[in-house]
Amino acid sequence: MKHSFTDYIYRSYRKRKVINAVMYVLLSIAVTLAIIPLLSVFGYVIVQGMPALNLEFFTGLPKPVGEIGGGMANALVGTCTLVLIASVVGVPWGIAVGLYLSEYGKDGRLSSIVRFCADMLASIPSIIVGLFVYALVVLPMKRFSALAGGLALGLLMIPTVSRTTEELLKMVPNHIREAGLALGLPRWKVILWIVLKGSRGPITTGIMLSIARIAGETAPLLFTAFNNRFWQSGLDQPISSLPVQIYTYAISPYDDWHRQAWAGAFVLVLLVFMINIITRLIFAATIRKRQES
Amino acid sequence: MYCKDIKLNNREVHRGDHVFSLALKLSAIGLAVLLGLVGIFLFRAALPAIHTQGLRFVTSSVWDPVQDVYGAMPVIYGTVVSSFLAIVIATPLSIGVALFLTEIAPRSIGRVVGFLVEMLAAIPSVVYGLWGIFVLAPWLRRVVEPALGKTLGFLPFFQGPPYGVGMLAAGIILAIMITPTISSISRELFNSIPHIQREGAIAIGATRWEMMRLTVLTSSKRGIIGATILGLGRALGETMAVTMVIGNRHEVSASLFAPGATMASIIANEYAEATSDMHLSALLGVGLALFLVNFTISSIARIFISRGFRWGAIRNGAKG
Amino acid sequence: MSSVLVVRKLNAWFGHTQALKEISMEFEQNSVTAIIGPSGCGKSTFIRCMNRLHEEVPEARASGEVFLEGKNIYLPEVDPVAIRRKIGMVFQKPNPFPSLSVFDNVAVGLKLAGVKRSAVLKEAVERSLILAALWDEVKDGLHSPGTSLSGGQQQRLCIARALAVEPSVLLMDEPTSALDPISTAKIEELMTELKKAVTIVIVTHNMQQAARISDKTGFFLLGELIECGDTSQIFTAPKDKHTERYITGRFG
Repeated sequence: MKHSFTDYIYRSYRKRKVINAVMYVLLSIAVTLAIIPLLSVFGYVIVQGMPALNLEFFTGLPKPVGEIGGGMANALVGTCTLVLIASVVGVPWGIAVGLYLSEYGKDGRLSSIVRFCADMLASIPSIIVGLFVYALVVLPMKRFSALAGGLALGLLMIPTVSRTTEELLKMVPNHIREAGLALGLPRWKVILWIVLKGSRGPITTGIMLSIARIAGETAPLLFTAFNNRFWQSGLDQPISSLPVQIYTYAISPYDDWHRQAWAGAFVLVLLVFMINIITRLIFAATIRKRQES
Repeated sequence: MYCKDIKLNNREVHRGDHVFSLALKLSAIGLAVLLGLVGIFLFRAALPAIHTQGLRFVTSSVWDPVQDVYGAMPVIYGTVVSSFLAIVIATPLSIGVALFLTEIAPRSIGRVVGFLVEMLAAIPSVVYGLWGIFVLAPWLRRVVEPALGKTLGFLPFFQGPPYGVGMLAAGIILAIMITPTISSISRELFNSIPHIQREGAIAIGATRWEMMRLTVLTSSKRGIIGATILGLGRALGETMAVTMVIGNRHEVSASLFAPGATMASIIANEYAEATSDMHLSALLGVGLALFLVNFTISSIARIFISRGFRWGAIRNGAKG
Repeated sequence: MSSVLVVRKLNAWFGHTQALKEISMEFEQNSVTAIIGPSGCGKSTFIRCMNRLHEEVPEARASGEVFLEGKNIYLPEVDPVAIRRKIGMVFQKPNPFPSLSVFDNVAVGLKLAGVKRSAVLKEAVERSLILAALWDEVKDGLHSPGTSLSGGQQQRLCIARALAVEPSVLLMDEPTSALDPISTAKIEELMTELKKAVTIVIVTHNMQQAARISDKTGFFLLGELIECGDTSQIFTAPKDKHTERYITGRFG
């Protein structure tokens, strides 16, 4: 019997090694194919966008159709405004939901429903949230506004902020809560002042990441904040924003506007990228600190 | 002397707690209410259109705002085809990336590659769209589509003039955008397989690939399906990048080279300039359809994924 | 009696930490050798070097010579995949492949090696299961999943799986430490029959087990082989004082 095995084994052994090598190659190709678009997008954004950055880009307003020049100053400020409004809505609500899920809900029925809703809200196409805010705010107000746009973005922030808060608070060991309670503090003070405050850093990191995400959102703004060629005149007025401006310029037929679209994309990608890297570095540093302690 | 400051009054202490927990509970419930409101609002706003168009809404291809005739078939078709194409491209790619990162890559390379793949998810959709218009579409128009047309032109998928923008471009961009989703879930799945399984395969004389097949891949089947479905859900709802490269033509065509439209893209394109109430209602009807499909698919995906993790844990020796 | 496995000056490292220092040992054909020692002494690392599983861990490496039937398996041109058919391994926790049936679990090594004829596979599976003293218990349920068996049965399944490819040496890394006493006893009973088919090297932290089943014993401490000899001699008249202290339970 041993001899018959040896025949089989020798013959198929080569084939198996070849298949193994082929799979290694295929897997490496898969990784390469996945990374090439990233490098291509980054490359073009840098190569096309950076030369188009000049003082005028950062300080000037868009010029009328057909005229060369102008900038995206109002769009840059607009995005900041929208992010601010969004944070006012999304951060407290998101933290509240996260607190509820980690401190009070645990595994009840309501918690599973709420968690499910948060997940669903995270996967709804952002354009649908925009439609919703349109009906809720824009129609009654009879105009597009920064408030509507900020609200839409804020709603989109809730699931991420909530999940971050919940997971970070779950990592806080119970004896810290018990120590607070043992001091005679009411439960809500223990949660806010001790548990939440202790996780301030990581939660801020999570908030920054969700800001990076909504800063790039375009679809919900199309019919909430709309667009504005001029400086914003009030929170109840339409407002320009970086992604919407990029979109408008990109689909236009004007070369100069295309150039500016790339510049805007460069700023946007730079912002998002920086936030991601900084949060990662902070995260790695906190892990290292925890390991050392 | 200190006793005066301490709140010995139980009721006061409890009131603070009560208010706080109520506030938290309300915000949590508010979330569920919000989601429900979105659904209800969409339904109510879409009702006029669904009412007047009836079944034609999903079967007819005629979309004429002037005549108030709305058939959404082409955008449904466009959504399905572009998303399907995205899945076909992205799934093997993502699984390959996940396998590479968990089974093959040495630690340093793995960290860099993993970071890069995650950065794919961070790029805003509008930037992908911009890149799509000025880089991907021209490349498809000049190089890829003519080549495909010459070699595989006997298939209806690869016929017709190469526009560059169109279904193929949309499918490719969507594939790029959902790869991080599928691959990160797959990575978690693969990492959850206990190491002793892998060692068992190696000890029996399996090659690395055979080990992956025997242990990692077979135990993760359910979870991978879930990850793929989740990616599908994301592809269905993706708006900006698709709108910018799909060509925005309200037509059904078998060819991948042809321009088309998706549910999300038609809303993005026509909403701000929608003329009549019926037009708006029709667009919202499309939005409702999108919402429902996305909702269903995401729910199914989550079931598969959670079962995928539990299944792996049970089968890999939590018994005995 | 010839030595089927000869180890000469084996060293092993995890990164910069040296886990094994200049180990030299010989294993006679059809014998059972027990490797004993306190936790962390390197006994698992040692047998994982026998089938070159040690180097699969990132930043782990080994040097030295291990001769299997006269051929050095640590030569650079030797492919680890090839030698693992000749040296089988059973792990501490039973790890049958969850997606395969009992039959397929035992047959997997052969199928991978290219054996396709079902008559050959059936015969090999039955023979291995008999050797592992599991045949009677599973012969009517060969197609149920491997994980549907009890812990002790799963471990015997893993033994059968390793035996199916007809290795010369069977390495066992604390095979009964995760099992209940009855299953442990069943596996210990197999050893006397099993050693007629393969040479066994078994790592165990249970000294009574070593005394019961092995012909030879090696005592490891802090990565070094302190003493090696006939089991009866080691346990009644150990030459080294560390061995004596361990045997009498002063540490470990």
